[in-house]
Amino acid sequence: MPKYLLLKRYRGGPEPHHPFPPMDQWAPEDVEAHIAFQRHVSELLEESGEYVDAQALTPTRTWVRYGGPDAAPVTTDGPHPETSDLIAGWYMIDVESRERALELAAYVSSEPGPGGEPLYEWLDVREVMSEAPSED
Amino acid sequence: MVDELTRLDEGALRAVVPRVLAGLVRRGEDFDAAEDALQEALVEALRVWPEHPPRDPRAWLATVATRRLVDARRSEAARHRREEAISAEPPPAVTEEGDDTLFVLFCCCHPDLAPASQVALTLRAVGGLTTREIADAFYVPEATMAQRISRAKRTVRGRRLDQPGDLAVVLRVLYLVYTAGHAGRVDLAGEAIRLARQLTLATEEPEARGLLALMLLNHARLPARVDPEGRIVTLDRQDRGLWDTREIAEGVRILQSALAVQRPGRYQVEAAIAALHDDAASAEETDWPQILAWYDDLVALSDDPVRQDPAAVLGRAVAVGHVLGAAAGLRETDRLRDVIGERQRWHAVRGHLHERDGDLPAAATAYAEAARRATNVAERDHLVRQAARARAAAL
Repeated sequence: MPKYLLLKRYRGGPEPHHPFPPMDQWAPEDVEAHIAFQRHVSELLEESGEYVDAQALTPTRTWVRYGGPDAAPVTTDGPHPETSDLIAGWYMIDVESRERALELAAYVSSEPGPGGEPLYEWLDVREVMSEAPSED
Repeated sequence: MVDELTRLDEGALRAVVPRVLAGLVRRGEDFDAAEDALQEALVEALRVWPEHPPRDPRAWLATVATRRLVDARRSEAARHRREEAISAEPPPAVTEEGDDTLFVLFCCCHPDLAPASQVALTLRAVGGLTTREIADAFYVPEATMAQRISRAKRTVRGRRLDQPGDLAVVLRVLYLVYTAGHAGRVDLAGEAIRLARQLTLATEEPEARGLLALMLLNHARLPARVDPEGRIVTLDRQDRGLWDTREIAEGVRILQSALAVQRPGRYQVEAAIAALHDDAASAEETDWPQILAWYDDLVALSDDPVRQDPAAVLGRAVAVGHVLGAAAGLRETDRLRDVIGERQRWHAVRGHLHERDGDLPAAATAYAEAARRATNVAERDHLVRQAARARAAAL
């Protein structure tokens, strides 16, 4: 059973299907529907026995690298925070096949947005490498 | 029936953990080794007691743990386990229960330990939780938590443990356990209350009772704080009929006994504020002038409250907003901009005050700013809802 990471983004990725404002500017009932759908996805994955993990990340990012011997770590928030990829969170799933992973990702992407319309949000689907060598 | 027996035994079992551990350490055993041996004895007890309940649980545990220690020294542990588990017998000297709890708490809350380690060690050595339960509660792998605990014990090893420790650190650790909430299978808030209760038996310090009262008075509102869909319900909208009146009554009684000593401290003051909220039959009937007076006391406990205790100044700003008007409350928050202006709670409080002031667009912006800074999914969702609601109402 391969594991897949379904990555959601604050920004970045392919051209959006359609533009939409940040969630705090949606109608209150649309916010409710969106949050209810996300809870429903987690429950669905747990019931189907495919859930491994789900996490959300805060939007604050700091880049950091080794500063050299006896130097403090070097950090930066830039250089182009508006255009770069920013991951918002993920589902990790354990599924039968890549097809199933894509099917679930598409379902996640159907989450309701403003006016109850699907967001058609792009999800980044990545297979997790396994630890053990395969038997052959 | 069997389940019930097991559960009963587990409660009794965990209550004597710190006493047994203190006894072993006082006798000269190394804290690290003694705690490991006791943990093994606990696991054994959970297996054996349902069918062979001991006459004296504490003596049983002390005996089995002692044999584990001896076994560990002889490196031939496994062979004897079975027989000794059933034939364990009592010896040990009886010491005062409260003393022992305090003694072990000071070990676990050693100032050289990082807060996360203090919390983990306290839950295991005083709370009697297993490593797996503690790992579950903090959502880390069991191996990680095991490593954290053994590193903590290594740090404490060799330190003199016969000196009284810093009670303020113990109180802070217990409050950390409380605020970590009730994630996973373990109700950490309930556990913190249990430990604080044990602590109040061990010390006359009014702040210990203040902390217990604060926990009880907040915990009483827990059933109303989240709705069935998992949404946060703010204090002013909670169904007060869901509050636990018994817990409130107990909290108030304990707080009064602490205040009677007339050595005020932050936990007593915070408990008094919680008591005033609990006392109001509706949000409108909240005695905000009294709450503000207590916040004045709280702020007065620091020399430079804006820098040393910004949370108290922020809480006071809310009270000012209710007593003197939202604009006055907002002015109070301005003083904190340089210190906590990047924090979620600062923006959330300003959203609340703008809303009371009738400035809904400003409220929506402040809530959205708060949501961006949230580090907790339930709070983030709540703040996004608040922002959307304020924006919709402003249209």
